[in-house]
Amino acid sequence: MSAGPVSDGPVSGLTDQERSLVRTDDLTQRFGRVTALEALSLDVGPGVTGLVGANGAGKSTLLKILLGLVPATSGTASVLGLDVATHGPAIRERVGYMPEHDCLPPDVSATEFVVHMARMSGLPATAARERTADVLRHVGLYEERYRMMGGYSTGMKQRVKLGQALVHDPGLVLLDEPTNGLDPAGRDDMLGLIRQVAAEFGISVIVTSHLLGELERVCDAIVVIDGGRLLRHSTTASVTEQTAVVAVEVEGDPAALMARLTAAGVAVHAEGRLLHVDVTDEATYDVVRDAVAELGHGLLRMERQRHRMTELFTEEQHA
Amino acid sequence: MPEPTQGPAGAIHDIGYRHYDGPRLGAASIRRALFVETLRGVFGLGRSARSKVMPFLLLAVMVLPAAAIGIVTGYFGFTQLPLGYTSYTFAFQVVISVFVGSQAPAAISRDLRFRVAPLYFSRPLSRHQYVQAKYAGMATALFILVALPITVLLVGALLAELPVGDQLPDYLRAMGGAAVLAVLLAGIGLVVAAMTPRRGLGVAAVVGVLLVLSGIQATVRAMAEELGSATFAGYAGLLSPVTLVDGVVAVPLGGDSVMATPPQGALMGAVFCAVAVLVVVGCWAALVLRYRKALA
Repeated sequence: MSAGPVSDGPVSGLTDQERSLVRTDDLTQRFGRVTALEALSLDVGPGVTGLVGANGAGKSTLLKILLGLVPATSGTASVLGLDVATHGPAIRERVGYMPEHDCLPPDVSATEFVVHMARMSGLPATAARERTADVLRHVGLYEERYRMMGGYSTGMKQRVKLGQALVHDPGLVLLDEPTNGLDPAGRDDMLGLIRQVAAEFGISVIVTSHLLGELERVCDAIVVIDGGRLLRHSTTASVTEQTAVVAVEVEGDPAALMARLTAAGVAVHAEGRLLHVDVTDEATYDVVRDAVAELGHGLLRMERQRHRMTELFTEEQHA
Repeated sequence: MPEPTQGPAGAIHDIGYRHYDGPRLGAASIRRALFVETLRGVFGLGRSARSKVMPFLLLAVMVLPAAAIGIVTGYFGFTQLPLGYTSYTFAFQVVISVFVGSQAPAAISRDLRFRVAPLYFSRPLSRHQYVQAKYAGMATALFILVALPITVLLVGALLAELPVGDQLPDYLRAMGGAAVLAVLLAGIGLVVAAMTPRRGLGVAAVVGVLLVLSGIQATVRAMAEELGSATFAGYAGLLSPVTLVDGVVAVPLGGDSVMATPPQGALMGAVFCAVAVLVVVGCWAALVLRYRKALA
């Protein structure tokens, strides 16, 4: 998936202390009587970090604090080694932000818009044009970048939004629900781009989502918050180890396959024509493949399942 | 020796991601860039062809009569301009109001309507600096709209060989008035536009506010004149931006008022200036307040 260790990006040569891109210490945010964040302590390293939580869990509030836009009620936070309370403008010069909502005026072209946004990040005019051409190509926008953005598809708009967050070559980008509103193919493209941003561009990413499943495919670490509290902070491997389930769909009778898999000691349960197979280790995939081949069924689909947040929460309670 | 493999001519080679290590300009430069973008945007430059129609049409409506007046003055050998510099602005106040109404939303509402504002505020610029750039851009655009035709008038007068000494003082007073009017109308227009981000509504709201103020001013003035109170009639000018500027030009700058009952005396002049300053400061504060809420 990734080409080489992503941690050797732009932050190499720094001490371990400085390598933590984002640090929060006892961060609390209250709006009147509503508590958005409660004593949140985090240490986010380089690479892609997923910030997962249900709507209203405090993800967007955390991003705004990290950008230095909203002062925290108590506690401290630092981004790229800079204190958010005192170095807001310096942080915003080095961080890219892609909001969740639409933010593109329809009556300008993507090029015109991203050039302007590059200048708003402090790039000189010539550099802004060069970087815009580069970045729009990297996010997959070609001839259409000269057209007015009003006619763009959701996928294209998301690409422009990502482009404007990357155009000033930030050390870190904060992406707020970048897959929202995209169809499955568009989702995959966006997740691929996010992986590319970290692996090839060497820009660390914090990406929020309310879907854990899609993030575990691209993230190096996952932070789960719920009701403003830290629920879990782990590398993706440890999350997926516990929750890996593969959906298998075959031509023909799934019951025969189910029987065979159960006989092989694999936990399976059926859901309509789909079989959900618990993956304990890599060998499980081979068992499924061999079983399907021996039965002579066509394998239509074998896909890692997407877990809803609720599953993770249920699991937490069981643990 | 084998030829090195070559792609088709003109192919784009993916040379991978390049980092940027050039200069990053500070907030002052960013603010200047935003000012220029706003000024261009008010005239529809860098936007779709349709966005250029309205501002340039109105600019033409402002400038062409001035050119015609200049030509006529020269052709018939008039000894003075048939329409003076200050009167010109006054005569075309509806055009100016329509310009403010149609273009203030273009300067400011679209950032709210299309929610672009968060992108600005996630960048180094502060909200104050954003408002400064937008205000300056709108005021400059308005100054161009008002100052250009009076400058054309001056050129026409000089080509008609009217004495410079007669023309220049009036012209400079009118330019001073244009500057004050631009700052005033930009403030009022931006505040109203920032409160009404929906398309069309902002236009109607700005034009409405300006025309209603102008109407109230005329009514109050007429009533005061009827009652025979010249002082009261003079103060009526405070009610509308165009007459407010007329007062500022007439008393402190020593110009001729276009009003039948002009504001007179040092006190009234001071009141006019104070009100002008208050309106601008008030608009400024309202804008800053508006943007404090925009992304909290």
